[in-house]
Amino acid sequence: MSNLVGADRESDQAALRAIIEVHRAMPGAMLPLLHAIQGQMGWVPAEVVPLISDALNVSRAEVQGVLDFYHDFRRAPAGRHVLQICRAESCQAMGSYRLEAQARDILGINFHQTTPDGALTLEPVYCLGNCACSPAIRIDDAIYGRMDPATLDALIGDLRDAQAPA
Amino acid sequence: MTRTASPRVLVPIDSSALSVGAERVAQAITREADRRGLSIDLVRNGSRGLFWLEPLVEVETPAGRIAYGPVLPPDVPDLFDAGFLSGRPHRLGHGLSDHIPYLAGQERLTFARMGLTDPLSLNDYRANGGFAGLDRAMSMSGEELIREVTDAGLRGRGGAAFPTGVKWATVRQAEGRRKYVVCNADEGDSGTFSDRMLMEGDPYCLIEGMTIAALAVGATAGYIYTRSEYPHACRTLAVAIDRAREAGYLGADVLGSGRAFDLEVRMGAGAYICGEETSLLESLEGKPGLVRFKPPLPAVAGLFGQPTVINNVISLATVPIILARGAAFYRDYGVGRSHGTLPFQLAGNIRHGGLVEKAFGLTLAALLYDYGGGSANGRPIRAVQVGGPLGAYVPESQFEVPLDYETYSRMGAMIGHGGIVAFDDTVDMARMARYAMEFCALESCGKCTPCRIGSRRGVEVIDRIIADQERAANLALLESLCDTLEYGSLCALGGMAPYPVRSALRHFPQDFGVETPVLF
Repeated sequence: MSNLVGADRESDQAALRAIIEVHRAMPGAMLPLLHAIQGQMGWVPAEVVPLISDALNVSRAEVQGVLDFYHDFRRAPAGRHVLQICRAESCQAMGSYRLEAQARDILGINFHQTTPDGALTLEPVYCLGNCACSPAIRIDDAIYGRMDPATLDALIGDLRDAQAPA
Repeated sequence: MTRTASPRVLVPIDSSALSVGAERVAQAITREADRRGLSIDLVRNGSRGLFWLEPLVEVETPAGRIAYGPVLPPDVPDLFDAGFLSGRPHRLGHGLSDHIPYLAGQERLTFARMGLTDPLSLNDYRANGGFAGLDRAMSMSGEELIREVTDAGLRGRGGAAFPTGVKWATVRQAEGRRKYVVCNADEGDSGTFSDRMLMEGDPYCLIEGMTIAALAVGATAGYIYTRSEYPHACRTLAVAIDRAREAGYLGADVLGSGRAFDLEVRMGAGAYICGEETSLLESLEGKPGLVRFKPPLPAVAGLFGQPTVINNVISLATVPIILARGAAFYRDYGVGRSHGTLPFQLAGNIRHGGLVEKAFGLTLAALLYDYGGGSANGRPIRAVQVGGPLGAYVPESQFEVPLDYETYSRMGAMIGHGGIVAFDDTVDMARMARYAMEFCALESCGKCTPCRIGSRRGVEVIDRIIADQERAANLALLESLCDTLEYGSLCALGGMAPYPVRSALRHFPQDFGVETPVLF
């Protein structure tokens, strides 16, 4: 068991170093690099801060400053799926607050929290550019428009039923 | 015996269309055609912007395209039975697309090709007028190009409405070892999606506009900074840039001119403030999106300290048609000093949500009722937020005011990026005012005190007004706080957050528990 974890960590380290190598020479590499790391790992572990600091020749505080500034970067792993509910005006005009309340109720969590089984993280989002089909939600990379309580219920049910990876 | 060509069926690949099932509809059409042994030519086009009809399926016929929508997968066998491949009538049919009043009444200049083409097909783009502007631009000097854009009266479509030609002239004259063209595609305003539509539905138009900008100012590198909330637009642009480069429109030798210009897409990370141009430049440089002091202007010292054109997607995507048709053609649309057209975006509680490109000078009433068809649920429209989360709430008494930059500015409102969000009569405007402050607090970059602290205090003060705690005193405090934000903030986020708050108080005082209008 511990060997397996160790092996995983080693392969993660190698993947991280490869990502850093690919990005380090880009002008303004910080955001593309952090996106790539999050794309690979699902979050941005604290251990990468000194690696990035070295590679981009900036201070650790500067790397941490970027991580803290942007809403997208996760400093802890998310659930297997991320459910975002749009809270911006156009979706509010179409009753998005009802969807927020419904999601909180069904999942028993608040925004920025993950269900205890690790299935789902609930987040607010401020405009998905789908305003002519409000209210909108996003599940991972898929955007859903004209959302109604019954469909949201079914979608959440599907995500929770999805088996955890072995 | 001649072989008849397979019927051409179009199903949009725009992310709004996908969000309501366009992918499943496309698959159902392919499956049903296979099942019936029919050969069809399925094309994934951009959206025509009639979003209440999405997924909108079109079929090409000798008379023109025939529209059906909104189509769901279960409707597909029925459409085949009815003979939709020959454009026959069906209960979801709307006849010729171009004759649908919503489309027929528009003045599509920037969006002329939208929905007509396969967004990634260079052949489609060229066959529909693409690169005509660049072709003409190649034979003109930088000064001539700038004069053309200036004479067209084009102003920044991101919201600030600054004359585009003046900005370009500043960059052209500025000294720098390298110059940049940056496209601000950080379209964060609720109620807006025209940038997203254009990037997904006509990406070469943006690439062409940026290339012309580069030729005009002498830039060699460009960036399109867009949102992580727009994954589909990011992917489409990346492919379009690669194909444009392969075809010689980008790279070390643009169309054999000996001049270099190349482009890259960069993705933001969920910060609304990065739509502010100096914050965007900081973000592109790899830093937190803290707003910069101006001067220096980005035109003089922008990206990496170099002279930089930074324009919105729609500003840049309007340049090709100005070059192709000439400044006078474009300038003659519009009213007063608001020349040309604006792609208005109808959103919120509206029956016919979508994109309506019209010349400046039409009224909100025309957009809301003639195009929008009133509210989605049939209730009266009570308030409309124009211009995004920093825009004013407009009451029905102002629905007849013509939409142009100066007239809106005079009534304490702004057109911004053209987002129109309708609310019905169940809206609580005190709650919307509170949300405006809450959003400002959430998205403030934190550099200046009025915005960082003022917005938080704003939420608290509005909470006390709603709870009727010393209401009169707190209203006076809110007024003073709005002044501080408006006059003391470094950028438009803090500077304009008072717009929705003040307009809500002025026009809907009863929602705040006040009998008479609060005049401030």
